[in-house]
Amino acid sequence: MTQQYEKAAAAVPLLDVRDLHVEFRTRDGVAKAVNGVSYSVRAGETLAVLGESGSGKSVTAQAVMGILDSPPGRITGGEVLFRGQDLLTMGAEARRRIRGAKLSMIFQDALSALNPVMSVGAQLGEMFSVHDGMTRKDSRDKAVQLMERVRIPAAAERAGDYPHQFSGGMRQRIMIAMALALEPDLVIADEPTTALDVTVQAQIMDLLAELQREYNMGLILITHDLGVVADVADRIAVMYAGRIVETASVHELYAAPAHPYTVGLLGSIPRLDHKGKELYAIKGLPPSLTDIPAGCPFNPRCPRAQAICRTDRPPLFDVAPGRASACHFWKETLDDAG
Amino acid sequence: MGRYVIRRLLQMVPVFIGSTFLIFFMVYALGDPVAALFGDKAPDPATAARIRRELYLDEPLWKQYGHYMGQILSGDFGTAFNGQKVTELMADAFPVTLRLTLVAILFEIVIGITLGVLSGLRRGRSVDTSVLLLTLIVVSIPTFVSGYVLQYLFGVKWGIVSPSVSPEAPFDELLLPGIVLALTSLAYVTRLSRTSIAENSRADYVRTAVAKGLPRRRVVTRHLLRNSLIPVVTFIGTDVGALMGGAIVTERIFNIHGVGFQLYQGILRQNSPTVVGFVTILVIVFLLANLFVDLLYAVLDPRIRYA
Amino acid sequence: MPELDPSDPDAAVIPADGAASSLATSDAATLEDGPLPGAPASGKARSLWSDAWHDLRRNPVFLVSALIIVFLVLIALWPGLIASGNPLQCDLAKAQEGSQPGHPFGFDTQGCDVYTRTVYGARASITVGICATAGAALLGSVLGGLAGFFGSWWDALLSRIADIFFGIPIILGGLVFLSVVTSGSLWPVVGFIVLLGWPQISRIARGSVVTAKQHDYVQAARALGAGDTRLLLRHIAPNAVAPVIVVATIALGTYIALEATLSFLGVGLKPPTVSWGIDISNASTQIRNAPHMLLWPAGALSITVLAFIMLGDAVRDALDPKLR
Repeated sequence: MTQQYEKAAAAVPLLDVRDLHVEFRTRDGVAKAVNGVSYSVRAGETLAVLGESGSGKSVTAQAVMGILDSPPGRITGGEVLFRGQDLLTMGAEARRRIRGAKLSMIFQDALSALNPVMSVGAQLGEMFSVHDGMTRKDSRDKAVQLMERVRIPAAAERAGDYPHQFSGGMRQRIMIAMALALEPDLVIADEPTTALDVTVQAQIMDLLAELQREYNMGLILITHDLGVVADVADRIAVMYAGRIVETASVHELYAAPAHPYTVGLLGSIPRLDHKGKELYAIKGLPPSLTDIPAGCPFNPRCPRAQAICRTDRPPLFDVAPGRASACHFWKETLDDAG
Repeated sequence: MGRYVIRRLLQMVPVFIGSTFLIFFMVYALGDPVAALFGDKAPDPATAARIRRELYLDEPLWKQYGHYMGQILSGDFGTAFNGQKVTELMADAFPVTLRLTLVAILFEIVIGITLGVLSGLRRGRSVDTSVLLLTLIVVSIPTFVSGYVLQYLFGVKWGIVSPSVSPEAPFDELLLPGIVLALTSLAYVTRLSRTSIAENSRADYVRTAVAKGLPRRRVVTRHLLRNSLIPVVTFIGTDVGALMGGAIVTERIFNIHGVGFQLYQGILRQNSPTVVGFVTILVIVFLLANLFVDLLYAVLDPRIRYA
Repeated sequence: MPELDPSDPDAAVIPADGAASSLATSDAATLEDGPLPGAPASGKARSLWSDAWHDLRRNPVFLVSALIIVFLVLIALWPGLIASGNPLQCDLAKAQEGSQPGHPFGFDTQGCDVYTRTVYGARASITVGICATAGAALLGSVLGGLAGFFGSWWDALLSRIADIFFGIPIILGGLVFLSVVTSGSLWPVVGFIVLLGWPQISRIARGSVVTAKQHDYVQAARALGAGDTRLLLRHIAPNAVAPVIVVATIALGTYIALEATLSFLGVGLKPPTVSWGIDISNASTQIRNAPHMLLWPAGALSITVLAFIMLGDAVRDALDPKLR
C-alpha cells in the first residue's frame, strides 16, 4: 500500500520545469540567459545543477522562485509546474503563499541575504507570523527552536542578535533554518557553501543533507563545485549558455560523461592520481549571452567540433533511460570516456 | 556608548573653538567694533580708548577671545546696539527660528520622504522622472527667488496667507516661510530617499524577504524602508542645525524676527557682541545636532557599535 | 546652509566607488553568475571614460545643459553679441515701464533696460562660479588627495580643519566676512567661496583616493617599486578624479546661487558691477508694481544654476555604473 502510494507520488514530480526561457535587457542588447531549460525534481531527491557563471543556473532558480529582477529580466516562455500547478500563470497572492512555505530558497551569501537591521529571531519568526498567523510570542519561541535545530549554541540568548554578530557558518545555518522553517516540499540552495571556509562547508552540507532526509524534501543544489555534487546529489544537470547540455545520475556522469563540456569540467578537477600531469582546461571563454554562436553553443571551444556543430543546434538526445546529452557526437564521447 | 559620547564631545571642543575663533577673528580683527559703536559720528579719542580697554581690545587677539569666551561661559553675551542684552534678544529670537525650523523639517519629512519613496519604488517610470526633474528645478531656484515668488503668489496675488509674519510668529503664519526654508532640503531629501530606496530594493535581503513569501507591503515597510531611511533620517538630523543658521534669507523675506533677522541687523550695524554671540550659539546647535545624529545612527543601524 | 550647500546627498553616496568600476568590469566575467550574466561576458571592456562619453552623447539632459552653458559662457565673454545697449545707461523717465519695441523685458526702477542688464549679469555669475570652483576644486583635491594618500596626522589635522569650516553656516560666514571686507568687487566673493568651499571637495577627494588606494592594481604597482609621486599621479589620480569632477560641476551651480544670495543681502557684489543678485534685490521691493523686473534676472539665474546642476547630474549618472 505504502509502496504503491510512493510510486504514485513519484510519478508526478514535485517540480517540473518545462522549456523555460528567460531574457535580460542589457546595454549590449537582449541577453538570452535561459534558453529552453527543462528539469524535474521528486520528493526526497537531490538534483545538482552544475555550470559556470553565466550558464543560467541561478537565473533558472530565480525564475522558479519568482524573484527574478524584472526589469531587466523577463520570462519569455515555458512552464514551472509545482505539484502539477503552473506557478507562472498562478495569481500573485497564491504564488506568494507557496513561496517560503512550500518552496523556499537558500542564498549564497547569508551576510547580505539577511536583513542587517533586524534580529535573526525576528527574521525567523516572521515566517511563522506571516504564513501561519502565529502570535509574536509563539513565533519567537519557534524561531529559537529552529535555531536549536540547526545547532546554533545558546540559541535563546542569540535570537536577539543581528546577522553581523554571527560567524559565516552560523549565519548560513540561520539561512537554512529560515528556508526550512515551514518544512517546505522543495528547497533550492544557490551555492550554499561557496562563501564559507572549506571545513565549514562540509558541516553545512551535512546539516542540509540531514534535514533533507528528515523532511523528505526535494533539493535543487546549484553549484559550480563538482566535489560537493559527488557527495550529496542523486542526479546532475549540466548547464551551458542557458541550456542543459547533459543530465544523468551522479554515478553515470562521473563514470562516463556524454558531453564534451562535461568531459572538460571533470578533467579540470585536480586529482591525486593525476599528480604530475598537466591539469586540463577548457579553452576559450563562455559565449556572450547577447550573441550565442549558431549551432551548438559550445562548438567554438569543443575539441570534437565538426561542421554540423556550427550549423545544427543539437537537441537533447536520449543516451540511456533517464540520461540525455545535447551533443551530436555523444556516442563517440561516451565511448572515449568508457 | 557613554564613553563614545564623551569622546565625541571632546572631539567637538577644537571644532567649536576653531569655528567661533574664526568668526571672532573676522568681526573683531578685520572689522572695527569701536568705530561701529559710534555709527557715523567720529568717536572722541579718550572715550574710544576707554571702551577699547573695557572690551580688552588693546590686548592680543587670543586674549580677547579668551576673555570673551570666559564671559559667554558665565552667561554674559554683552549688549546689543540698542542697549538690550544680547541674551534677551536671543530669548526672543531663538523660539521663533526654532518654530520655523520645525515647520521646515516637518515638510521635509512628510513631503520629501513620501515623494522619494514613491519615485524610488517606481524607478524609471514617468512618476520617477518627473519627480527627479522637479527636484533639480527646485534645487536650482535660490531661496530668495522662490521666497519672493511664493510670497507674491500666495500672499499678494491670491491672498491665501498674510505676506509677512507678525512678531509673535505663530505656527500657522510660519507655514509658507517654512516651505520656502525647506524647499532645497526637501529636494535633497527626496533625491536621497529615492536613491536609497532604489539601491536597497536590489539588495539581497530584499530578495530574501520576497523569497520568504512575505506580502509586498511587508517587504517594503519592514525590510526595505527601515534600511533605506537610515541615511535620510541622519540627513534630516544634521539639517536642523543647518536650517537654523540658514533661515537668514527666509526671515528677511517674510520679516520674521528670528535669529537670522537679529544677526542681519547685528551685521549691518556692526554690533560685534550680537554677531559673535548668535553665531556661537548656532555653532553649538550645529555641533549638537551632529552628535545627536551620530548617536541616532547607532540606534537605527545595529552594525554600528561604538567602543 | 542647506539652500546652497553643494553637497548633494546623492553625490555623497555614490562617487567614491564610481571610479572603481573601470577595473571591476574586466574580471567580472570569470566570477560567479550574477543577475545579469550577459553584460560582463560581452568581452567589450570599455574604459570608464569612453563608456561615460558614450552615454553622455545620447543623454538629452546633458546635451541641453551643455548647450545652455556654452551659450552663457559666450555671452559672459561677449555680451555685445546679443545686447547692443549699455547696462549702465539708464533713463529715469522710463522707470518700471513694461515691454516695448527694442526693450523686450522693460525697464527697472532706475530706468535701465532689463534685457541688457540680464545679459550683462551673466558675466559676474559665470566668472565667480568658474573661478571659485576652480580654486576650491584645486585646493580641495590637492589637500584632500594628499590627506587620503598619506593618512596619519596630516589626515587627522585636515579633517579637523574641514570640520571647523563646516561648523560655520555658509551664508552667515559670508555676511560676516564680506561685511568687513567691503570692496564689492568679484575677488573677495571668489576668495570667500573658495575658503568655505574647499573642505567639501577635499572630503570627496580624500574618500575617493582612499578607495582607489586599496585597489589591487595600486598595491601591485607599489610592490613593483613605484614611488609615491608616480603612484599618486599615474595610478590613483586618474581613478579618483571622477567624483571630484561631478561634485565640482554641481558645486559650480550652487556657487553661482551663493554669489547671487550674498549680493542680494548687500554684501556680495555692489554696483556698478551688474549682477543678477543685485537686480533681484532691487526688484524685490517693487514686486507688486513691476513683477517683470524680478522675473527676468531671477529666471536667468535659475536657468544658469539649473544648467550646471543638470550637467553634474548627467555626468554622475554616466560615471556611476551602479545606477544604470
